[in-house]
Amino acid sequence: MKTKVRYFALFREQAGCAAERVEWPGGTASELFQIMTEKHSALKTEAAALVAVNDEMTDWETPLNEDDEVLFFPPVAGG
Amino acid sequence: MKFSVSNTVIDVTAARKAVADNSCGALVVFEGWIRDHNEGRQVERLEYEVYRPVAEKEGARIIDEALERFAISNALCIHREGLLELGEVAVIVCVASAHRGDAFDACRYIIDQTKTRLPIWKKEHYLEGISEWVNCEHCAAAGHSHEG
Repeated sequence: MKTKVRYFALFREQAGCAAERVEWPGGTASELFQIMTEKHSALKTEAAALVAVNDEMTDWETPLNEDDEVLFFPPVAGG
Repeated sequence: MKFSVSNTVIDVTAARKAVADNSCGALVVFEGWIRDHNEGRQVERLEYEVYRPVAEKEGARIIDEALERFAISNALCIHREGLLELGEVAVIVCVASAHRGDAFDACRYIIDQTKTRLPIWKKEHYLEGISEWVNCEHCAAAGHSHEG
């Protein structure tokens, strides 16, 4: 399955890129993030991280579809 | 616009006027300022990164939720992005209502939700010359707060 992945703030620095296209077997956002941590050794799982798909907030266990754009948000710190 | 992101100085007077209503006897305003220290380190300036497409949508939802949950008339929230200097207003929440109780509660709800749900990150630049992303993971867990 093809998925576009985007990283923000701390995750962008850890991954060393802002976006990439990934070919993977498919699954949930959580499973995709795990795969990306194996690809980018500096990328670390954060309990308070958030995820959005196609510009809508979602949860980590939502199954992804072909050509989804997944946004990995490190713990937010507005205000 | 009930929720917006600004890359220029927030006009506090205009924000207050935007929620004004003759049926309202109370206005509660929260301003988040850039302060000069955090967790024992001297902060020189602060940088906000905002992912607007999601922040604007989710921010508007937060305002709608406040309007449903509390007996208020009008509410808005403006959040800054980019590089901010000490003392600048990073975020403002204005809530107008007939009576003060609901305006206080709604204002608190809006700022708390804004801090935990919107894709906004801050990088602190310290006097010692380095900079780091502020990780608020421990805020929720330990009741830690970055409020002024």
